[in-house]
Amino acid sequence: MAMAPLIVAVMPIGLVFGAVAAGKGLSGAEVTLMSALVFAGGSQFVAMDIWTHPASWAALAFSALLVNVRHVLMSASLGAKLQGFSGPAKYASMLLLADEIWAMAEMRAKEGKLTPAWFAGIAVPFYLVWVTTSLAGALLGAFLGDPKVTGLDFAFPAVFIVLVMGFWKGRGTGAVLAASAAAAVLTHQLLPGVWYIAAGAAAGVVVALLAGRSQEAHA
Amino acid sequence: MTVDPNTLLAIAAMAIATIATRMGGLVLIRFVTIGETQRRALEAIPPAVLMAVIAPTALVTGPAETIAAVITALVAMRLPLLAAVAAGVVTVAILRMALGA
Repeated sequence: MAMAPLIVAVMPIGLVFGAVAAGKGLSGAEVTLMSALVFAGGSQFVAMDIWTHPASWAALAFSALLVNVRHVLMSASLGAKLQGFSGPAKYASMLLLADEIWAMAEMRAKEGKLTPAWFAGIAVPFYLVWVTTSLAGALLGAFLGDPKVTGLDFAFPAVFIVLVMGFWKGRGTGAVLAASAAAAVLTHQLLPGVWYIAAGAAAGVVVALLAGRSQEAHA
Repeated sequence: MTVDPNTLLAIAAMAIATIATRMGGLVLIRFVTIGETQRRALEAIPPAVLMAVIAPTALVTGPAETIAAVITALVAMRLPLLAAVAAGVVTVAILRMALGA
C-alpha cells in the first residue's frame, strides 16, 4: 500500500473542498458530481474562487484547462511507459491521472513495469476517497457557519500558496511567479471576469521562455 | 440535493477540458517530440496560474489576507500542507477580528 500516505493526505483536502463548495452554494449532489467528473483538486478550488450564480461554463472550462494543462506533460511522460497496456486501457488509465498518482506511477516505472492492475490499485481508491470526502465536506460544511468569520474562505488561497511552494525550483520560478502576480493584479484591477488568470499564466510563460533563451545564449 | 442546469453545464465543461489535458499527452507523443522550449513553457503554466489565482487575494485585498498569505508560505517550508493551511486560516480569522475587517 504505497499509496496509503497519499490517500490519508487527500482526505482533509477533499473535506475542505466540499465545505468551501457548499459555502459557495453548491449542493451535495453538485459537489459530488464535480469531484467525480473533474477529479482535479487544483482546478476545482480555482473554480470555487471564480464561481458565479449562474455558473459561467466558458470561464470555468477555460480556467480548468489552464490549471490542468500540466496533465499533458504527465500523460506524455507516462504514456511512453505504459507498454503493457492495451490501447483502450492506456486512455482509461489516464482518465484517473492526478499529480499524486502520476508521481507514484513514475516512481514505479523506474523500478519495474507498470501494469493495468497495479495502476488501478492505486488510482481507484484515491479517486473514491476524493469523491466521498468531497461529499462529506459539503454535508459538514453547512454546519461550519460563515466562512468569512471562520477564515475558511482563506483555505483555498492557502492550499494554492502551499502548491506554489511545491513548484519552486529556484530563481527561475521566482521570476515566473513575480511576473504572474504583477500581471494578475494589474488585470484584476482593470478587467472584469477571470482574465487575470490568463494574463498571469501568459506573463509567467513569457518570462520562462525569455529566461530559457538567455540561458541557452550563455551556454 | 438538487442540481442546477447551469452548474451541471459548467461541471461538464470543466470535465471535458480536464479530460482533454489527460488524453492530450498520449495524443501528443504520437505526433511530436516535446523539446526543451515546449517543456519549459508547459512547466511554467501551473505555478503561474496558481500564483495568478491567489495574487489578488494575497496582495490587494487587505492586510489580514496579505499577512496570512506570508505566514502560510513560511509554515509550508517546514510543515505539511494541512498545517500550513490551518495556520493561514487561523491567522486570517484572528486578524480580521483584530482589525475589524
